[in-house]
Amino acid sequence: MSDGYIKPLPEPSIDSQPFWDALNEGRLVFQACGDCGKLRHYPRPICDSCYSDQVDWKPSDGKGFIYSWTETHHPFHVGFRGETPYILITAEFEGGVRMQTQLLDAKIEDLKVGMPVEVVLMRATGDLTLPLLRLA
Amino acid sequence: MSGTLNGKAAVTGIGETAYSRGTDKSSIGLMLEASLKAIADAGLHPKQIDGVIPYSLGPVAEEIMTGLGLEDVRFSVQTPMGGASAVAALQAASMAIAAGVCNHVLLVLGRRGYSDSRVATRLAAMPQFRLISEFENPIGAIAPAQLYAPMARRHMEMFGTTTDQFAEIAIAMREHAILNDNAIMQKPLNLEDYKSARMISDPFRLFDCSLESDGACAVIVSAANIAKDTRAPVTILGVAEGHPRSPSTITQREDMTTLGLATAAPRAFDMAGVKHKDIDVAQIYDCFTYTVICEIEDLGFCKKGEGGAFVEGGRIRLGGELPINTHGGLLSQAHIAGMNHIYELVRQLRGEGGRAQVKDAQIGLVTGYGDLGDGSIAIMQGAS
Repeated sequence: MSDGYIKPLPEPSIDSQPFWDALNEGRLVFQACGDCGKLRHYPRPICDSCYSDQVDWKPSDGKGFIYSWTETHHPFHVGFRGETPYILITAEFEGGVRMQTQLLDAKIEDLKVGMPVEVVLMRATGDLTLPLLRLA
Repeated sequence: MSGTLNGKAAVTGIGETAYSRGTDKSSIGLMLEASLKAIADAGLHPKQIDGVIPYSLGPVAEEIMTGLGLEDVRFSVQTPMGGASAVAALQAASMAIAAGVCNHVLLVLGRRGYSDSRVATRLAAMPQFRLISEFENPIGAIAPAQLYAPMARRHMEMFGTTTDQFAEIAIAMREHAILNDNAIMQKPLNLEDYKSARMISDPFRLFDCSLESDGACAVIVSAANIAKDTRAPVTILGVAEGHPRSPSTITQREDMTTLGLATAAPRAFDMAGVKHKDIDVAQIYDCFTYTVICEIEDLGFCKKGEGGAFVEGGRIRLGGELPINTHGGLLSQAHIAGMNHIYELVRQLRGEGGRAQVKDAQIGLVTGYGDLGDGSIAIMQGAS
């Protein structure tokens, strides 16, 4: 399934499988409460606001903004050894949900809190698609 | 409700092994060595230990009981909060003692943090990092330095905190380590050394990151009525743990610059009945330089955002208004996950701090911080 791919692979759970499946189909979705509509990420079984177990998967346009960042120089994992330095962004999306992921094609000195970013989907293996970011 | 644990228990014994980068001893061997030293320091026989709280990673309580030949252990628990575990264990021990279950609880933490698997490979296997493993490891966020760096960056962007302020913490810890014969880092560090060190994960350079080290440290917590007859009891006045919003991921935390310590600290101060100005010395969990700034704020020594300015001007160095990490901390003594911070606070409040002794230290505090934001605090007082 992932011959030669040496980066860490996610182990989807019952609760998160639809998130990963959607990415493989080219769509970014976030979990929303089926009752009160509150968005949440990372996926989990119940709403922390109204405690409903009803789940909707809401499509996202992938547009967000920078909340914080780091640029990694030390390769902590063999799979990223040839890629340092790389920028990791904590990005905030509609409804306040956040993701930490890599920002492509940017310089750290240009980054500011609130700067717009958008998700780009990157096929990593036959059954893994990762959501990455570009400056919007 | 507050005040229930004030004065119920005291630390009566402390013990530590040599701290090193490289050891030929096993983790359990190191732990038993530190335990025996702490038990002897308390003036006890090992068989008097009736409670055991091992660190939540590594050899379990059964191995300690077997190793020490314990015969009547009535309480054993873990406080799985990463670097907040050791100080949280002071609360668990105090509760067991206040409830009348135990007289002498052994807290022990030992690790081959340098000689065995290093931090980046350990985390993925921990259940509390499940969501980090699934969502953040695959895109290259693997190690604590990378997970905590965005907290530091957010603080810098919101409040104007500077890397020179981070440097002051690294330099102060090193200055203190040099006064400690059992500290790994003995070479002086200046601002130029700090700035020319390699970048790990921006804004953290090499000396913003704590050590990976081998060693063990143990503490005996005893019932106050028994402790008063021991050589040098240090009384626990206030103790608490706190958990941040969204403990399992930093990313989803409403405010990335506030940790679990923010809810624990007011409870511990209330319980202790002391004010910030009463604190003579503080041992603050320093896995990274930035976390010290964040904790100083969450402890209430200054407002959120003012921690960077707080550490300037020698305030946290020996001789300053609030000496911090007089042993050198995780940054320059050794990474014994904060059990070494308890050891150091007790040493100070006994007046046995050697070259690093804070003059007339009577009351001090120690914090723990771990697992992405869990916090713990104890406020203690020496026998005057």
